[in-house]
Amino acid sequence: MPEEPDPHIANMDEQLALPRKNGELVFAAPWEARAFGIAVVLNEAGVYPWRDFSQGLAAETAAAEQHGMPAGYYERWLETLAKLAIARGLVTPEELDARTTEYASGLHDAHEAHDHHRPHETPGV
Amino acid sequence: MSGNHHDSHHPGPESYAALRTKALEALLVEKGLITTDVIDTVVRTYEQDIGPLNGARVVARAWVDPAYKQRLLADGTAAIAELGFGGRQGAEMVVLENTPTAYNVVVCTLCSCYPWPVLGLPPSWYKSYAYRSRVVREPRTVLREFGLELPEAVEIRVWDSNSDVRYMVLPERPAGTEQMSEAELTALVTRDAMIGVAKVQVPATVGRS
Repeated sequence: MPEEPDPHIANMDEQLALPRKNGELVFAAPWEARAFGIAVVLNEAGVYPWRDFSQGLAAETAAAEQHGMPAGYYERWLETLAKLAIARGLVTPEELDARTTEYASGLHDAHEAHDHHRPHETPGV
Repeated sequence: MSGNHHDSHHPGPESYAALRTKALEALLVEKGLITTDVIDTVVRTYEQDIGPLNGARVVARAWVDPAYKQRLLADGTAAIAELGFGGRQGAEMVVLENTPTAYNVVVCTLCSCYPWPVLGLPPSWYKSYAYRSRVVREPRTVLREFGLELPEAVEIRVWDSNSDVRYMVLPERPAGTEQMSEAELTALVTRDAMIGVAKVQVPATVGRS
């Protein structure tokens, strides 16, 4: 586990730069920090080079601008992350969608989302 | 009361992004690809030590404002406080200017004294016995291991921090940055450059702003 931030991540330029306030990272909601952490951990685990993530983020940003409906920074970050996780075969789009829907419907209690997850049927992998 | 735990007891519906993030994290954890602890650690690391933005601002200001640079080199503590940074700790800040002929590198041989108000928390290697002992004896070799090859003609000065004096390096402004704004310059300055184990580089992708 690295004990210091990776400069490639900490110093992304311009539009891609991590939102900061007075030098420190700003997460508007807890999920933003989780999405941030997952992306960094997968990079450290060698799932993708950071360049792939930043290029994906740039693409999301360009797409959001084109649609004239700029999503928030970490919304774009999450889309980038989800696409990469799918492209690398870590999750399937179906299971991700299914699980998201499940959480939305309240079938899963939020508190179970973390480590101690009760076993459950994974729909058609 | 759940104290500082994330995600606890949020009344009302969660955003789609929050649910999707939670779903992704849960799936990756179930598949054994990540653990929530590692994510916690990474987030904490980045929150605490995102990097030397304060120090980078000091450097960029010195690069664009000669009068500021003069004050900075004359009285680091006061000039850094001008930009609103300090925290003091009773330690005096001394800023060391790199030139084409003299290169400065900072260490704390006794422990890990570090100018944290400007540079954040020290990197782990800074605290390592190997760095603390070797950079004094064989700075040129250590710098080479950091990827910094200095010509023999360049004098290397090693500065040993202590509880009274904390050092920070003012790196050379790289060529090709004449047109850059202070903000753009700030983004170039790395922690390692301010410790003195790297030079400030101009990324190949510079431009577009």
